[in-house]
Amino acid sequence: MTYYDIIFYLFALITIVSAVIVVTTKNIVYSAYSLLLTLFGISGIYVLLGADFLAVVQIMIYVGGILILLLFGVMLTNKITSVDIRTGTVHLLPAAIGVGLLLGVLWAIMVWTNWKTEPNEIPITTTRTLGNLLITDYVLIFELLAVLLLVALIGAASIARREEEENIE
Amino acid sequence: MEVGLNHFLIISAILFSLGIYGIITRKNAVMVLMGIELILNSANINFVAFARYGNFGLSGQVIALFVIILAAAEAAIALAIVLNIYKTFANVNVDEIDKLKE
Repeated sequence: MTYYDIIFYLFALITIVSAVIVVTTKNIVYSAYSLLLTLFGISGIYVLLGADFLAVVQIMIYVGGILILLLFGVMLTNKITSVDIRTGTVHLLPAAIGVGLLLGVLWAIMVWTNWKTEPNEIPITTTRTLGNLLITDYVLIFELLAVLLLVALIGAASIARREEEENIE
Repeated sequence: MEVGLNHFLIISAILFSLGIYGIITRKNAVMVLMGIELILNSANINFVAFARYGNFGLSGQVIALFVIILAAAEAAIALAIVLNIYKTFANVNVDEIDKLKE
């Protein structure tokens, strides 16, 4: 076992254990905080795969943005004072069986398919290459995503504030 | 055992299954959103793993960036809708909300 392997198994353990907590714990706030750990673990896995820029983006956008948004969602949509922050579950047994089967099939496909397994050369810092790709090959998608983000944020603001508009009318 | 492509793919498969499990079993709409985030992250791990081991250059990492941006937009819209539903129905349990208006 090299250091690489040990660190990989460490991050894999963090990711999977906290992901299991995310989907099984009754308390929705614990769930959100476990999601934080999961995202950190995935960020570590990105570093092991040589994607340094992506790891930092993961922490900044997921942990700094999306998770805070989810926590706002949790806090704004639950009766915290009257202890209603626990969340119910439905269809536990059929879901467990179905997901177990799905996992088995995926596992078999991943292991038995004959992938190319030797790693190829990627630059030590990927930021420059990613930037070049973003403004050459992928420039159209890049621009479209910029417009999409703007539309999404304006739409989110207007959906969440609809009630006040009705009051004005 | 030497860590290779299979290990990353299996982690992604486990995360994907857990995300599906979360989406199916939880009642709270915010929890369903967390399941979706798990699934998007598992897809991202696959993209980055194939960028490392396949012959595609860094395209996989660019696609993973796009997925993260889409996840941000999706979370903003979805939480706006969830807040609106909470204002209207006073709960966000996806098995109880079966009307489009009050």
